[in-house]
Amino acid sequence: MSSKATRASFGEALVELGQEFKNVVVLDADLSKSTKSEGFAKKFPERFFQMGIQEANMIGVAAGMSFTGKVPFLCSFGCFLTGRFDTIRVSVGYSNANVRLVGTHAGVGIGEDGYSQMALEDIACMRTLPGMAVLQPADDVETKQMMRFLMTHQGPVYLRLTRQNLASVNAADYKFQFGRGVQLKDGKDAVVFATGGVVANALEAAINLEKQAKSVAVVNIHTIKPIDKEIIQNWANKVNKFFTIEDHNVLGGLGGAVSEVLSELGKPVKLKRLGVQDVYGESGTPEDLYTKHLLDAPGIAQSLTKLL
Amino acid sequence: MQKQNSQQLKKTALESRKIILKMLTEAGNGHPGGSLSAIDIITALYFNEIKHDPKNPKWEGRDYFILGKGHGVPALYATLAQAGYFDVAECMTLRKLGSRMQGHPDRTKLNSLEASTGSLGQGLSIAQGYAMASRLDKKDNRVYCLIGDGESQEGQIWEAAMSITKYKLSNMCVILDENRFQIDGSTQDVMSLEPVMDKWKAFGFNTLEIDGHNMDEILNAFKLAREEKSRPTFIRAHTIKGKGVSFMENNNHWHGVSPTKEELVKALKELDEVKI
Ligand SMILES: Cc1ncc(C[n+]2csc(CCOP(=O)(O)OP(=O)(O)O)c2C)c(N)n1
Repeated sequence: MSSKATRASFGEALVELGQEFKNVVVLDADLSKSTKSEGFAKKFPERFFQMGIQEANMIGVAAGMSFTGKVPFLCSFGCFLTGRFDTIRVSVGYSNANVRLVGTHAGVGIGEDGYSQMALEDIACMRTLPGMAVLQPADDVETKQMMRFLMTHQGPVYLRLTRQNLASVNAADYKFQFGRGVQLKDGKDAVVFATGGVVANALEAAINLEKQAKSVAVVNIHTIKPIDKEIIQNWANKVNKFFTIEDHNVLGGLGGAVSEVLSELGKPVKLKRLGVQDVYGESGTPEDLYTKHLLDAPGIAQSLTKLL
Repeated sequence: MQKQNSQQLKKTALESRKIILKMLTEAGNGHPGGSLSAIDIITALYFNEIKHDPKNPKWEGRDYFILGKGHGVPALYATLAQAGYFDVAECMTLRKLGSRMQGHPDRTKLNSLEASTGSLGQGLSIAQGYAMASRLDKKDNRVYCLIGDGESQEGQIWEAAMSITKYKLSNMCVILDENRFQIDGSTQDVMSLEPVMDKWKAFGFNTLEIDGHNMDEILNAFKLAREEKSRPTFIRAHTIKGKGVSFMENNNHWHGVSPTKEELVKALKELDEVKI
């Protein structure tokens, strides 16, 4: 199975689509090597803007450019972009600026750099802005298709990408549909809603649990906002145990989004939110951190088994 | 639009002052002080300096004006109304439920606004974005941004200042409405901007200094800014908060308090007596 970071897939897609869509501009704040916008910078230097370490100004500039018809992709680590929350809420959200905020280095998966560089509350912040779409692809194919979608979509978007490589979960003939969850595995006892870097791990855990006669379905939620209410409702009619898993604080992220929908459905369903349990991140290898936070396949299997 | 000369501009600004006060009294709250300090500059922009078309607010050839200090928006609404974008009567819906005349500018509600501002410090970056896009498209649209002196304490202003000169955006003109007050007192006491000119000069701007209530000086500064082809321009406009109404001038009580009906009558009487 091929393995690639979604930031790398993003960088490749930018170069490819930049050729086709001349109104695309890219801005970066001294992290183009890490966010992978550097490929675009080399290929289309006249449409790449090195904004220096000025995330707030970069956000405002991108908004201004979008008002003239450009489609700006502005890149930095997710924590540094969403850390400029007020600039995003007024200059982008409230202004309905057609910009793509690209936040890489999602979650504890970045490893050794530790908490200050980890986006762990970004989904929660972005999700509260009316009209802001929040997207997180799980593999290469999905990232590439999402990128094509973002060339023509209207409205502000937050795109969350990983530093670490991800195994693919989607087939080559996969078709991305904005706002629609993707069932990766069927199951009878419970369902796991997963997003981003942990989707492959959740799938592996669920497949392994079959050997213990536990039947768990896995759904990939690449669009956290607008959340797919229908797929949540359908599963609430089928099973009474729900799990969410994400490399993000369990408050306000995918776990928050799914529990909001579930609680209003009024079904007798129990939901367990797996992820970073309202603590700050720390340094360590990505593997050690995934083990610690029970985000790897064995850790997920352990959490599922405990509650099944 | 037909360009007005400085005599006509003074009349237009005088009329706008009346509209500003009326809409603020009607609204029951809002910001007269900073609207009155900015109105002469905004009038000169819309009735002489910038290219724009009230019949086609999104005309691609237009110049862009971004009001950084969004709370001064009554001055912009009065100007846009007089320019013909909408009826003056609509100004009287200011701050009311469902109105396009939001308390701070909302570009999604009123399409003659270029930016939604109100969180101070953000407008200049948006202005820079317009200027960069215009450059990229090899167009000659100019971009004007009015900022407050209190607003200039925001870090994002200085991020933009550094960035605007990096990109040599000579199509940009930043105007400082220096009325020397902010909410908690005088800008000098809260946090001094001095030396203002040295700062903008050090960032690489062409710097000019004017009386922000003298139409000839305002127009001349805009002309000099237009003629400057290698650097962006910064205009320090010395202004008076509450300018035009004797009991409001330099009295910071009027930062965010609107006149009562009686106070409005008194203010309008004063303005009616002005000879131009
Ligand atoms: C980021 C932000 N902080 C605080 C405020 C509240 N506020 C509104 S007006 C103002 C003072 C602004 O002073 P100045 O820029 O000098 O405006 P003027 O005196 O011309 O009205 C403040 C602090 C705001 N609108 N935005």
